[in-house]
Formats: sequence, C-alpha cells, structure tokens
Amino acid sequence: MRHIISLLMENEAGALSRVAGLFSARGYNIESLTVAPTEDPTLSRMTLVTRGSDEIIEQITKQLHKLIEVVKLTDLSEGVHIEREMMLIKVKAEGDQREEVKRLVDIFRGCIIDVTDTSYIIEMTGDGDKLDAFVRAVHEDLIVEVVRTGPSGIARGAKGLAL
Amino acid sequence: MELSGGEIFVQCLKDEGIEHIFGYPGGAVLHIYDALYRQDDIKHFLTRHEQGAVHAADGYARATGKPGVALLTSGPGATNGVTGIATAYMDSIPMVVFTGQVPTPFIGSDAFQEVDTIGITRPCVKHNFLVKDVRDMATIIKKAFYIATSGRPGPVVVDIPKDTTDPGIKIPYEYPKSIKLRSYNPVKRGHLGQIKKAVDLMLSAKRPIVYSGGGVVTGDGSKELAQLIKATGFPITSTLMGLGAYPASDSQFLGMLGMHGTYEANMGMHECDVLIAIGARFDDRVTGKIKDFCPDASIIHIDIDPASISKNVRVDIPIVGPVKRVLADMVKVVKERRDKQSADEALVPWWKAIEAWRKKDCLKYKQKGNTIKPQFAIETLHKVTGGNAYVTSDVGQHQMWTAQFYGFDQPRHWLNSGGLGTMGFGLPAAMGAKVAYPDADVVCVTGDGSIQMNIQELATCMHYGLPLKILLLNNGYLGMVRQWQEFFYEKRYSQVHVEAQPDFVKLAEAYGHVGMRIEKASELESAMVEAFAMKDRLVLMNVITEPGENVYPMIVAGKGHHEMEMSPESELS
Repeated sequence: MRHIISLLMENEAGALSRVAGLFSARGYNIESLTVAPTEDPTLSRMTLVTRGSDEIIEQITKQLHKLIEVVKLTDLSEGVHIEREMMLIKVKAEGDQREEVKRLVDIFRGCIIDVTDTSYIIEMTGDGDKLDAFVRAVHEDLIVEVVRTGPSGIARGAKGLAL
Repeated sequence: MELSGGEIFVQCLKDEGIEHIFGYPGGAVLHIYDALYRQDDIKHFLTRHEQGAVHAADGYARATGKPGVALLTSGPGATNGVTGIATAYMDSIPMVVFTGQVPTPFIGSDAFQEVDTIGITRPCVKHNFLVKDVRDMATIIKKAFYIATSGRPGPVVVDIPKDTTDPGIKIPYEYPKSIKLRSYNPVKRGHLGQIKKAVDLMLSAKRPIVYSGGGVVTGDGSKELAQLIKATGFPITSTLMGLGAYPASDSQFLGMLGMHGTYEANMGMHECDVLIAIGARFDDRVTGKIKDFCPDASIIHIDIDPASISKNVRVDIPIVGPVKRVLADMVKVVKERRDKQSADEALVPWWKAIEAWRKKDCLKYKQKGNTIKPQFAIETLHKVTGGNAYVTSDVGQHQMWTAQFYGFDQPRHWLNSGGLGTMGFGLPAAMGAKVAYPDADVVCVTGDGSIQMNIQELATCMHYGLPLKILLLNNGYLGMVRQWQEFFYEKRYSQVHVEAQPDFVKLAEAYGHVGMRIEKASELESAMVEAFAMKDRLVLMNVITEPGENVYPMIVAGKGHHEMEMSPESELS
C-alpha cells in the first residue's frame, strides 16, 4: 500500500540524512521525499511517500518518530487529505506543435513560463496522476526534460500538524 | 567563569558527575587532553586501543547504570571506536563518546585524520552532535547525557572540531541545569488502562510465562519484577541480556530461553497461553522460527520503546513505559485482583508440566576423566566466587556456557555483547567494571579466539592496577563456528582451528601479570581459589578444555522452540 507521511522536524543540519539513512538501513521503500522550512524557521516540514504492508508502515512511522529531531508525524493516508506535486516540463514546440501543446497545457490548467522559438517550459501542479496523464498526453518525442518535486500533502479540515 | 572549549568540556563532565573516562589522545583532542591534565577530579584511563576505551566505558555503564564516557581522537580514533559504539547501541547502553574532529574550516577538505564521524556513526547511535561553535558546547553535552540516559538508553556521539576547544578563546561558562527537547519526550509511565487489561488477561491464564529481557536490567526493574513473579506465582524465563534481573537460584526461574535456552524454558514458551514479555525485543535468537513462536499465546509486551512493540511478533496488549514503573503499577493491580488460593490452584497443572520438563535435566554433562569440560569450569567459577562476581564474556561457546552455568542472582553482574556479538568485548568491559567496583571480584570469561582480539588491554590493566581475573576456556578452536561446521557443514572445519597459539602464561607474564595453565579437572578448583586469592594481581587462567564440546540444547536456525537438539548426555537424546 502507498502511504504519504507528513512530518515536522527540527530544521537542523543532518536531520534529512537521518531520515534517508533510516530508510536505507532498514530496507524500507522511499518513493519521494520533499522538505522545506515552515513559517517557523526552526522547523522543517517533510512529506514522504512510501510503500509497504501495514506492519512495515507501522514500523516506519515508529522508527521515524524515534529520531530525536522528529517533532510530530502523521500518516496522511489514514484520513482525507490533499496532495499536490509540481512539475516543470520542457518540451519541443515547433510548427503545428506549438498550438497543439498550448491547447493541451490549457486543458490541464498548466502555464507556459518560458518560450523560445523551438521550446516551451510548462509549469503544472496537481496530484501525481494528473501529472502522469499530462506526460502521457504529450508525444514522447517532444519531451526534453521532466522535473517533478514529488508530492506535498496536507490533511483536510481545520486541524493542522503544528506544535 | 570564563573558560576555553577544552576547559568547558572538562567542567561539563564534572558538573554531570562523571568521575572516570576511558580514552586515547591524538592531534584533534590535544586541547582537551591539556585541560584534563590541569585537573584532578576526573580520572582518565588510557587504553591501548580505542575499541578498548569504548568497551571499557560500556562495561562501566552496564555494571553501574551510570553513563559510560569515552574520549577518542578524530579519523582512525573514531573509526576504531565504531565497533564499541555499535555494541552499546545494540544492547541499549547509556554512553557518551566524544570524538575529536579536524578544525571546522577544514571539515570536508580530506584533511589529515579527517573522517565523517557523524555520518559513519549515524546508524549505530541513539543520536549524534557536531559542535560547530564553542558557545554550543555546554548545551550539547547536557543534551548528549540526557538523551543517552533517558527513555531507551543508548550511545550518543559528540564530535568536537579542534578549533572549538582553542585555549585562546574563552567564553562565559554555565552548565544547563536541565534540558527540555520539544522533539523528544520519553514516556514516564505506562497506560493504566492497558495495565489493568493485561492483568486481567494474566489472571485468566492457565499456562502463563514471563519472558524477561535486558530492559529489566537497564531499567532497574529487578525488584519490581521479583514482586510480580512472587505475586502471580508465574514461571519466568530470561533472555541472554536479562540474566540476573531475576535470581537464577529461585525455583520459579526456568533458565535462559532461545537458541541455547533450557528445555523447560523453551517448552514453556511453546506451550504457554499467555506470554508476558518485559523489556525484551523478540530477537531472532530468542524466537526461533517466527511462525512457530508461542503458537497458542496471547502476548503482553512491556517496553519503553514503542518501535520494539510488534516489530518482529504481533502483540495483543502493548504497554509503553519504563519497566520499573509499569511493573510497580502492575503488582498493585495484581494484588487487588488476584485471589491467591484459587489462582495458585489453577496453576498447579502448568507447574506439573514444567517440572516434568525440568526433570529432563537438559544441561546435564559428564565431567569424566581429567580433561576439563567447559561447563565444569563455569560451575567451579561460580563456586569459587560464591556467585557474586561481575562476569564479562566475549562471544562464542564460552559465552553460552557462562550464561547457562554461572547462575546469575543479581542484576548488572553479567556483562556481555548480546546484540552485536562482539568478540574482544570481554577484557575491556571487565576493566570498566573493575574501575567502578575495585573491591569486587571481576572476571572475564573468554576463549582462545576472542581474547586475542583485545589482548593489548592487559597493559592497561597493569598501568592502572586493575587486578581482574581472566578465565580463558582454551579449546584451540573458534568453538561456536566449529560447532556449526560440525552440525551443518559435515565437519568441514574451515578456518576455525586457531594454530600457533601464543603461550598465554608467558604472555600474561610479559605484561606483568600472573599466568596459570590448568589442564586437569582435579586441579581446577584449587587453582581458581589460588587465583582469586591474589587480590591485587591480574591472573590469566589458561584452562585447557575438551576441544570438541558443543553447546546444548540448541535450536537450529529456522526451527521452533519445541524442536531442540539435545546433548548426548541428556535424558532426552
């Protein structure tokens, strides 16, 4: 099962490598990981996507919690939540393709943020499925490069993950 | 008070109440060693290898319950210490290891004796810190001791770049009185509702068994454990790490469980209907094949570390909390709810079954002829020391025989590397225990393989006058590996015959100690009495033992508790 785990941790050097090291040392999967400081500069917020049986996920959350720098943690997949990922994708855009690609970007509600005679850079956010669908919709010969952030997540409702 | 970083380091240790540290100097820690030179409160023991320093600090911590402290230099000093750190980590031993580091401007430049100590030790510490600014030193040291000793204890590494100890830079010093970490709050007591639920299950059990582990020793819960066992009338077995937490000589004790556990303990586990695991972590050497582990049991698990619960085996009633407190609460509830007469009666058939298993006498061996059986050597050691010695061991057959035959009645008297299984642990760990308890008998039980892994520490013992005793069970083999090759590799003895042995008697003498060679069973006891009578001398007893002796019972890897291999001498074989 895919799980999306959100954690608040001390914004200290080495904290990220402790998390990454835990996954490699214990043989857990890590699909994606995003991290950045929060409104409180002493805290970082991390979103981590992993896969495993219920037992493994239980161990992952417990082991993460055991890291001294992890302040709070929640498995977003246990409740309703929102996931967003951002993608920057550079595509070839020449001749007829220029209009075709632009139309596609509009349909997916992305925006073109850089233009040359022969290329576009498109910015798009959404859940992972939407970004996958867009990548599939663009002819593969047109894709120059794809940069994805991996998902960030937040629980729905008024309650937040805070101190 | 204005102090330099090196002086702050020393003052922090004093304020933390540290009296003894073990270490080895080098370039990156010169300022610290200079600050140590200019004081008398902290006694430093110079070992002959950094691994020895860390194991000695570890042995000190195991014997006393106080945090062990080691001080190493950067680079090879730190890497030599890693085995010791990993050993302490696996057994949850409170320890703070200070390592020197190259000056901060040089970090990352592949400077002389530079290594990424934080990175290398990260997977085998509870936490580690890099001191980047001398102004953070006191707070970091306070945090290090707090983290190492609270919750589930463990080693903490503090990496100190040389420039942060510069004697030319003095800053005001103040040691924090207490520390609070928003991200780290160890549980102080167990959930009372869970405890009551557990007691109800325990009191409804027909075939209960207590499986107690190293957490009871580390968590100082022996007294409460004994109260629980007496209040319930339950049988109790212990892991290798937990030996001594409950007196081995008591009739409710079934001996050690697991791979080399007793028949009665393992059968008790296999047949039980309620298992109460206390400060134990369901290690593979204990459980055997997980699928066959306690097949009929509902499981209660008490542990300070939530991550230990349901890690290897699913449990029914978890209780997260310090064992001492949880057991005390549990005893209260048991006393309220247990009707002694009917409950005792209900346990009669269970005890009958256990007594029948016990009658099989699974540890039986025959000391015939004059070739010394290792089991006999350990029993003699128990007799000569009155069962009161602090006993350390290395790793292998001698370790299992000590666990089986010494009969530990007190906690913190059995110091061995259970989790990591580190050969070379015994001698330096014994030094740590002897430093802590100079008047007690401290003995390192070892083998001819293990002793050679940290033999250089004999010099440290001479240097500081640490008259411990070494009981070397010398069978000329790496015995445990030989045993596995005998059983599972059709006696193809690959690289286990330790040829070209040194003359251990002369070796002991070369270091200034007393050496004895003991070959005859008839002379063993008198030789041991003589050795232990030499209160102010280290005596190495080189005891030549039966070379082909095996450790029984044995559960072969992948088998269940009920599928033990028995010794040829046992009634069961």
